[in-house]
Amino acid sequence: MPPLVTAVGLALFVTYATWRAFANSHYYAAPYVSPFYSPCLASNCQDMKGGADWPLFGSWWGLSPALLVLVFPLGFRLTCYYYRKAYYRGIWSSPPACAVAEPHAKYTGETRFPLILQNSHRYFFYLALVVAGILTYDAVLGFRDEHGNWGHMGLGTLVLLANIALIWAYTVSCHSCRHVIGGKLRHFSRHPVRYRLWGWVGTLTARHMLLAWSSLISVGVADFYVYLVSSGAFDDPRFF
Amino acid sequence: MSSYTAHFKVWRGDADGGGLADYQVEVNDGEVVLDIIHRLQATQAADLAVRWNCKAGKCGSCSAEVNGRPRLMCMTRMSVFSREETVTVTPMRTFPVIRDLVTDVSFNYTKAREVPAFVPPQGVAAGEYRMAQQDVERSQEFRKCIECFLCQNTCHVVRDHDENKPAFSGPRFLMRVAELDMHPLDAAAEAGLDRAASAQDEHGLGYCNITKCCTEVCPEGIHITDNALIPLKERAVDRKYDPLVWLGSKIRRRGQ
Amino acid sequence: MTNVERHAYDVVVVGAGGAGLRAAIEARERGMRTAVICKSLFGKAHTVMAEGGIAASMGNANGHDNWQVHFRDTMRGGKFLNHWRMAELHAKEAPDRVWELETWGALFDRTKDGRISQRNFGGHEYPRLAHVGDRTGLELIRTLQQKIVSLQQEDHAETGDYEGRLKVFQECTVTRVLKDGDRVAGVFGYVRESGRLFVIDAPAVVLATGGIGKSFKVTSNSWEYTGDGHALALLAGAPLINMEFIQFHPTGMVWPPSVKGILVTESVRGDGGVLRNSEGKRFMFGYVPDVFKEKYAQSEEEADGWYADPETHRRPPELLPRDEVARAINSEVKAGRGSPHGGVFLDVSTRLSPEEIKRRLPSMHHQFKELADVDITAEPMEVGPTCHYMMGGVDVEPDTAAARGVPGLFAAGEVAGGMHGSNRLGGNSLSDLLVFGRRAGLFAAEYAAGLPAPERPAAGEEQIDEAAAEALRPFGAEAGDGGPDAGDGGSGAAVENPYTLHQELQQVMNDLVGIIRRGPEMERALQHLAELRVRSRRALVEGHRQFNPGWHLALDLRNMLLVSECVALAALERTESRGGHTRDDHPGMDRTWRKVNLVCELAGKDEAGHGTAAATAPTAAGDAAAGPGTARAEDAAGPDGAAGMSGASGPVSTGTAASVSLRRRPMDPIRPDLLDLFERDELLKYLTDEELDA
Ligand SMILES: Cc1cc2nc3c(=O)[nH]c(=O)nc-3n(C[C@H](O)[C@H](O)[C@H](O)COP(=O)(O)OP(=O)(O)OC[C@H]3O[C@@H](n4cnc5c(N)ncnc54)[C@H](O)[C@@H]3O)c2cc1C
Ligand code: SF4
Ligand code: SF4
Ligand code: FES
Ligand code: FES
Repeated sequence: MPPLVTAVGLALFVTYATWRAFANSHYYAAPYVSPFYSPCLASNCQDMKGGADWPLFGSWWGLSPALLVLVFPLGFRLTCYYYRKAYYRGIWSSPPACAVAEPHAKYTGETRFPLILQNSHRYFFYLALVVAGILTYDAVLGFRDEHGNWGHMGLGTLVLLANIALIWAYTVSCHSCRHVIGGKLRHFSRHPVRYRLWGWVGTLTARHMLLAWSSLISVGVADFYVYLVSSGAFDDPRFF
Repeated sequence: MSSYTAHFKVWRGDADGGGLADYQVEVNDGEVVLDIIHRLQATQAADLAVRWNCKAGKCGSCSAEVNGRPRLMCMTRMSVFSREETVTVTPMRTFPVIRDLVTDVSFNYTKAREVPAFVPPQGVAAGEYRMAQQDVERSQEFRKCIECFLCQNTCHVVRDHDENKPAFSGPRFLMRVAELDMHPLDAAAEAGLDRAASAQDEHGLGYCNITKCCTEVCPEGIHITDNALIPLKERAVDRKYDPLVWLGSKIRRRGQ
Repeated sequence: MTNVERHAYDVVVVGAGGAGLRAAIEARERGMRTAVICKSLFGKAHTVMAEGGIAASMGNANGHDNWQVHFRDTMRGGKFLNHWRMAELHAKEAPDRVWELETWGALFDRTKDGRISQRNFGGHEYPRLAHVGDRTGLELIRTLQQKIVSLQQEDHAETGDYEGRLKVFQECTVTRVLKDGDRVAGVFGYVRESGRLFVIDAPAVVLATGGIGKSFKVTSNSWEYTGDGHALALLAGAPLINMEFIQFHPTGMVWPPSVKGILVTESVRGDGGVLRNSEGKRFMFGYVPDVFKEKYAQSEEEADGWYADPETHRRPPELLPRDEVARAINSEVKAGRGSPHGGVFLDVSTRLSPEEIKRRLPSMHHQFKELADVDITAEPMEVGPTCHYMMGGVDVEPDTAAARGVPGLFAAGEVAGGMHGSNRLGGNSLSDLLVFGRRAGLFAAEYAAGLPAPERPAAGEEQIDEAAAEALRPFGAEAGDGGPDAGDGGSGAAVENPYTLHQELQQVMNDLVGIIRRGPEMERALQHLAELRVRSRRALVEGHRQFNPGWHLALDLRNMLLVSECVALAALERTESRGGHTRDDHPGMDRTWRKVNLVCELAGKDEAGHGTAAATAPTAAGDAAAGPGTARAEDAAGPDGAAGMSGASGPVSTGTAASVSLRRRPMDPIRPDLLDLFERDELLKYLTDEELDA
């Protein structure tokens, strides 16, 4: 991707996400919850009817509850090997493109603070697994109707399902995942199952960039969909 | 198709400087940039310096930059350029020029020496080595390297920053560390050598910001970043930063 | 006195291909201070291009394989002209040499049970070639390179100096082996990068410079293959043998023109590729010679069955030895059944799935896609013969790799002769490099160790001055002889462009001493060569000494011309067809010729005495007494012998004016226990009755 496109794409998402994260409204339209606001860890959340609504932080937290959880996906994506490449190239021009001179007099890469912290990607991966689990739970709850009865499906359910599928694909295709699953092994032949898994994950990893973008877009879309429904601008079409 | 006359600009000069020289030269069906350079030698510039050997993308001698892109001249077909296009050939930028298209690539040989060699396993005689195909495949990918040094040339860590050369071995030799670390029988660990940690401590793995230009230019199509550098970074994380691994090793140690 | 850089080592290895590196490793491990010199960068030698594999009877793929079977195949492939002792050592030691590579980090493709996988190749009875996809040479050279680095690391750990005991002088060309009396005293050469001249004093020199293919127009060989080692040995007074035997690989690319000759590995056929002519016929069935009738399939069904079940089927005729296949292709094309660009079709796409092809033949897939726009997973390739390998070379002692007649000179690899007889089997070269490379290093080390410093030979100053003058001659003025001097006997002596001379030489060799040879054509070739030799003395280059390819080529011309002359002389002399030597005018194989080696030497060697080869120039035509073969030599040397005479005005007239002579030498009888490995019926095809009854 040309650096400009990357930069613009990232900027658009960041702007949108900042607005939505601070908005602290229109993030729940039963049974759908915006992925930006789940899990909700403060007590100033809207009631989510069996959703991931655990006020661990209690009531002292006065800001948007989204800010509490967004640090995890944000950290995951910030330290992601693909996004690193994207913003180093697209935003920081280091390098602007291959074999094109970079405009910095000095370069130390990821050898020092703060960039040495990129090595924390593994932690964020583990946390991302938890987040993805919760979002899966949210998507499953989309099969209830607004009163909490099972056996419902609306366009919103599909949106959440598509989103969670992409989130999982993105998370699983993570390079850290590939390493943990099998990459760290010396002898694949002694671990046939992990070898097979490693192969599958590798296939996904090769498409990590694609998954990074599509899951980024799908998260935005899912949130926006909830916003539309919850603000009443759009009526969730119901299939059954 | 028939032959036509192309406009070439070739960098001529030596360590003291030089510039682009213009040539009008015949091009025939199916030819590659290296053929044209040879024609220049034979007809217009007998002393034009260039390295090459195999003319089939196997030896990695003919690296240069064609229209600013690092490439093997013997694998760059003239048909990728339009007939009107000026083709500019310059030497690799990261290494000091010796003459014309020939550069001093000793940086690479110096770095090669700094990677500790394969450590044969104790007590396994020659002829007794048993390795499964799936266990050697990862390292085999890296051993496809023809040492054209295009990745070393393109990597911005040293391309734009001479001062990083002492600290950074470059993708080719970080990949060599990965190759040995993934070799199913390498006994470096037994000999007290932690290859993954040394990649970070001694070969400058941290300088790599995984921007993948090495992968983009590799004529062998080796997935240097995805399969060597990132896994190496992950292995370094294993050694140094992963809490679960840390915890796991604590528990295991207690269990023993 | 010439200003030259001077170093001293115990052993100097000229060449950093498989043979050279293996020799250097051995010499260093025996405690010798060793220098390796090569024309390209370290790790780029020709060996890197080898594709198919290394032949070694490890028996991993078929348990019936052993050294005796390998020995038999090698002798058959070479039509019994091989030196049997070399073939024996080679077959016996090859497995150890391959396994040793694994202990240095090589990663061959594996069998199911984790051993080294082996593949089929032409002329090998069982799957025998250890390989890594189709880039085996790369694996070999990289492994040896890395072993050298690891030895240097050891030295560094011990002494703080990486290069104290083992140093690679890369991008340097050796132009002379220096001598002191009889014995080798070192080498003389130039640094390509700077043009500086250097001398390395050493009592033992191992030649491992590879082949001569660049004398031919259509070749799979690179610019390095200018026959330097062959010429260096000749000039140092060592004889060459079997120079008439040149392997034309049956399958080189034929289109586009710029890649004509580039190799298409034999593995394509080993893995199921079939040859068809323009009529779609698998023509190889019509070309199985009598000596191989029992071993090869007679029908397509039988041949097809072999890939899956080699036990009960005979092998397809596509896997005949290379000389047979190359001749067959040549005949088809001549008969008008060739492909559009003058080759035949080689098709693997109908046999293997695209995935299989990409896995087993990745670099072939890549090569055709990139260079010819052909997708070999879907369409056939067009292929034709290409000059590939020089069977002939320095006449060596089989056990020690020592060149006969010149103490301190050793030779291994393609530059050595004898091992492959009249035709080399695929895969037997890489193993040859390792087996005899090691032996050369070993015995060179022993020889050097036996000569403590005060007893070592030393090259005299005048010899070095002469070598320097010779090297600088193409710059004309610098050499101090005024450039194209009138003394060259040439009328209107115009300055010559080395590139033009080279192209003419290639054309002559290709057309007149190529795959199919005729007496009168070769006589013409010899005349052309003589003329070219005179003209080459006027080759002048522009520019300065720093990395100047024109200059380098001008110097290489001497070697190519010397070697080409040996080839043409020997080919003219041998009035039979055998292996890599096919005479249209003498199509049959003649058992009496099997007993004969043709030995090529510098003419006038005897008169020149034991000094450097420098003084040999004026005597080109003076060597008429060396045996039956020399009649030719004399003829050929006639016209230019005169030129040599008149040109011999100063020290710089050396080398280029020298010419070669030929003599016949009987072969050593084959040891009886080795003969016993064959059926008498088979031996009758090769050996004379007297030999068999003896
Ligand atoms: C395309 C191709 C494919 C092949 N595939 C196979 C195969 O599958 N199996 C097999 O067994 N064989 C194969 N061969 C043959 C085999 O690769 C060669 O015969 C073998 O590599 C020769 O090795 P070497 O060590 O003798 O010389 P090389 O590897 O050619 O090395 C010669 C060295 O000598 C140096 N040198 C030459 N002249 C001078 C000089 N004047 N001064 C200093 N240095 C000098 C060169 O720089 C080089 O380093 C193949 C050959 C080709 C061309
Ligand atoms: S990925 Fe790393 S090693 Fe490769 S070019 Fe980029 S910075 Fe250099
Ligand atoms: S990794 Fe690729 S680009 Fe780098 S030296 Fe090897 S072949 Fe060339
Ligand atoms: S999420 Fe992108 S690499 Fe881990
Ligand atoms: S000449 Fe060998 S790679 Fe181009």
